[in-house]
Amino acid sequence: MATLEQATQLTKGKKRSDSRVSMFTMLLRDRFATVAAIFLTLVVLTAIFGPALMGDRATAQDLMFMNKAPFDPANGWLYFLGSDSLGRSVLARMVVATQTTLLVAVPAVLVALIIGSLWGVWAGYHRGRREAVSMRIADIIMSFPSLLLAVVVLFVFNPSAANIVLILAITRIPIYLRTARAESAELQSRTFVDAARTFGTKSNSIILRHVIPVVTPTLLTLATLEFCFVMLAESSLSFLGIGIQPPDVSWGLMVAQGRQYLQTAWWLSILPGLAIVLTAVAANVLAAWMRIATDPAQRWRLELDRKSTKAFEKATRQAAKMQVKKGND
Amino acid sequence: MLTYLRKRIIASALPLVVVIIGVFALARMTGNPAALYLPLNATDTMREEFAARNGLDQPILVQMAQYFGGIFRLDFGTSMRTGEDAATMALRAFPATLQLAATTMIIAILLAVVVGSVAAMKPNGIWDRCSSFISMTAASIPDFWLAIVGIWVFAITLGWVPTSGVVGAAAWFLPVATLVMRPFGTLVQVIRGAMVSALSEPYIKLARSKGATEYRVIGQHALRNAAAPGLTVAGDLTVGLVNGAVVVETIFGWPGIGKLMIDSIMQRDFAVLQACVLLTAVAIFILNILIDLGYALLDPRVRPSAGARKRRKARAAQGPTQGSDPRTPQLVGASMATTESIRGN
Amino acid sequence: MMTEMLDPVAKEQAMDEAVLQVQGLDVDIRTPKGTVRVVSSVGFSARRGKTLALLGESGCGKSMTAKAIAGLLDPVASVAGGKAYLDAQDLFSMNGKRRRAVAGEGLGIVFQDALAALNPVYTIGTQLGEAFRIHRGASRKQAKAEAIELMRRVGIPEPETRVNSYPHQFSGGMRQRILIAMAVALSPKLLIADEPTTALDVTVQAQIMQLLRKLRSEEQMAVVLITHDLAVVAEEADDVCVMYAGNVVEQGSVQRVFAQPTHPYTKGLLSSVPTDAHRGQGLTSIPGSPPELSKIPAGCVYQDRCPLAAAICREQRPELHETGPGQRSACHFSQQVAEMKPIDDSATGEDAH
Repeated sequence: MATLEQATQLTKGKKRSDSRVSMFTMLLRDRFATVAAIFLTLVVLTAIFGPALMGDRATAQDLMFMNKAPFDPANGWLYFLGSDSLGRSVLARMVVATQTTLLVAVPAVLVALIIGSLWGVWAGYHRGRREAVSMRIADIIMSFPSLLLAVVVLFVFNPSAANIVLILAITRIPIYLRTARAESAELQSRTFVDAARTFGTKSNSIILRHVIPVVTPTLLTLATLEFCFVMLAESSLSFLGIGIQPPDVSWGLMVAQGRQYLQTAWWLSILPGLAIVLTAVAANVLAAWMRIATDPAQRWRLELDRKSTKAFEKATRQAAKMQVKKGND
Repeated sequence: MLTYLRKRIIASALPLVVVIIGVFALARMTGNPAALYLPLNATDTMREEFAARNGLDQPILVQMAQYFGGIFRLDFGTSMRTGEDAATMALRAFPATLQLAATTMIIAILLAVVVGSVAAMKPNGIWDRCSSFISMTAASIPDFWLAIVGIWVFAITLGWVPTSGVVGAAAWFLPVATLVMRPFGTLVQVIRGAMVSALSEPYIKLARSKGATEYRVIGQHALRNAAAPGLTVAGDLTVGLVNGAVVVETIFGWPGIGKLMIDSIMQRDFAVLQACVLLTAVAIFILNILIDLGYALLDPRVRPSAGARKRRKARAAQGPTQGSDPRTPQLVGASMATTESIRGN
Repeated sequence: MMTEMLDPVAKEQAMDEAVLQVQGLDVDIRTPKGTVRVVSSVGFSARRGKTLALLGESGCGKSMTAKAIAGLLDPVASVAGGKAYLDAQDLFSMNGKRRRAVAGEGLGIVFQDALAALNPVYTIGTQLGEAFRIHRGASRKQAKAEAIELMRRVGIPEPETRVNSYPHQFSGGMRQRILIAMAVALSPKLLIADEPTTALDVTVQAQIMQLLRKLRSEEQMAVVLITHDLAVVAEEADDVCVMYAGNVVEQGSVQRVFAQPTHPYTKGLLSSVPTDAHRGQGLTSIPGSPPELSKIPAGCVYQDRCPLAAAICREQRPELHETGPGQRSACHFSQQVAEMKPIDDSATGEDAH
């Protein structure tokens, strides 16, 4: 996620350094998006440094601390989120699970993004048979019931993290393929591409210089949304027992493992699930913001600083009220 | 109409065949079912006999040819587990899934139309912001977790409803409430977006210029126009429900097609698995035709033959971009409509 | 007689003739950069059975004026001041319910783009009959019969079968006819036509204008015709109200105003039309472009493009004042303008000084 997000920031920053308001400033002006970005950054930092900091605390069993309820300061920070039936810290396990979860979701998104986008741009640029065949393949992949496909595949080949990444990437490639194809098919008929063509520019370099930069923001937005989907898919698979396998641990697996203790230790299931929900909502909010920020028709909303926005909205509301009052006289 | 049907069938045939072949091949890679069905000390002859009885001794291509031959005679094989006709088993499980999906979608659509329309009346108003945040959250909650929270709160803590089963209205509450979230969240955003754009169309001004009441303007003129994109996404979500109720059916012990599929995979009951996949695929095929027809009904500019194309366009228009994929509305559609309401606050 | 008609503060005897009276209308639009006045103290009146043209370039506020009167302003725009009377009923102080009662019955509006203005998902019959359903409590069947009758009146062939067609199944001209039929369905006293022919072919334009003329005399409606087309004004309108940058710069009978304009903008407009009179000469055009509405200068709104602009024009906004029988102009130098030759380059050209 971090890579994606930072990549977005970087490309945006570079491309629009001349525009009045930088992408970063625009982000700060949207409170929801700022919170989402901070949260995702924290998640990423946790994934990168957390497991090392936690050391073996995630696996250390302590029979003195069995099934401790969360939010009890008496148990110390390590057991702040409670402990499981073996006395392992839920907090430590969740930190380690963050890494596993992101190590599945981020590569799956990146693989699908890169393959799907390049393929789609290529197909859309060249049109004709290449496009038709590509779209048919996408149709076929999409017509598999994807969760079932994952179940079968992971059942056949053992459910390692690499296989999960692979299957999730393959089933999500068509999403990028279709989007990229549509955009690039539209672009290739535009005048500036025609102009490049009349100069004798090779199609590959037209794609690289003129098509890819234009479709990138859209695809990155899509990838942010897809991150959310892929993370949910991984946790579903882990929950069904064909995703991440113990002793590894992911958020989805923690929910599954905690399920049987629901009556006695609700936090084992509920808290890791909450982590999934918060991360997914944050990714959604950020994607929504990215969509506005990369849409020239809507970007002005973010370029306004918050104070003037507020003032404008207040004026609008007051005027509306006055109209109503006038109308009711 | 006939040309349209023919086109649809031809277009769906290839993916369908590929799906069957794929599931057929993959299922056989999950290992020899003999190990699962015969006692550990079974002799080689017993194993061979078992394989011959179930046609597993033939080369896989022959098996596949036989299977396709069977499909044309409406013979989908028999279950290794129960010895029952596979198609019968799939058909018996299907209504449970269908009922669940239908109940869920009806509730989701009704709620979403109300919430989405009200949100669209005052874009960026307080209600719009609230509904956008709620719907975005609803669309992001993993269903298995929600199911567990539901069981914890309503079944364990409050003891209002049973944790599983299909008997009585109470048993429906948790599965439906769990499944309704994502379609609801997605549809609110789609309908809100479609309503906002419909309400800014000149024909709304024309309706007002005739003296139409707000109820008439919103409930008839705008909603009817917003219904088409809503229907498309609702259709995709229904497909998703028919396809992916696996998790919820497993958790709540709902005897539907999803649970049967998972059980068949685990038990290496190939014939049943294939019958389920085939049945789901056919159901989705029929559903897609119904969506196309419904779309044509809602939007007279679309004739049935052009339905699919137009629909795809409409779907793309809702997504983040023109060509966004139509089959992941839960995420692609999610937040498209809420973009405006997120800013600044 | 003209004098009374055009006086926004109408004289008693004119009251029964003037269907619509607008006085000092201000319309504001709220933009991210602040509030912008797009229509500023506009006043005019429209007479029964006659056509008043609101003439101006795009963005001059003529459409906004019409929408304000019809109560169809976008949410970002609002009436900031002024009055509009439709047969002595104050349009701006009505509540929603009374406003709806007036819409359709008292005031019909014809939109510019018929394809966008017609609801694509309902049949023409449904949409034509809607007004009868809303205001007259007609049954579906009655409404349909009324719709067929209306279609016949506006000259749509085979109304009995076409009543069940959808908007996209009609040609542009036919759609505009339907839109007009919808506006006149309840025989309103006032018809506002917002550039009704802009999107159409020239031949169809003439037919539509003819239809409007026919309906106007049949129903004795007052028509407010919004247009940027001088030829349409010359042919169709009785009175004209020339607008520039949200202000009325000149008004009067078409005959008077076109024969002897007393505002340099009107004069410039008229001399930019190719006529037989100056065949062989180059076409003139008004130099520059209208000011941005957020940056309207103090003083005269036309000062930046006016060949006669002087110090007073920069300081003082000219009031509308009488310049002839029934003719009013907002120019400090209306006298000089009037005395120039009717078609004269000096009114627009560089050699004004």
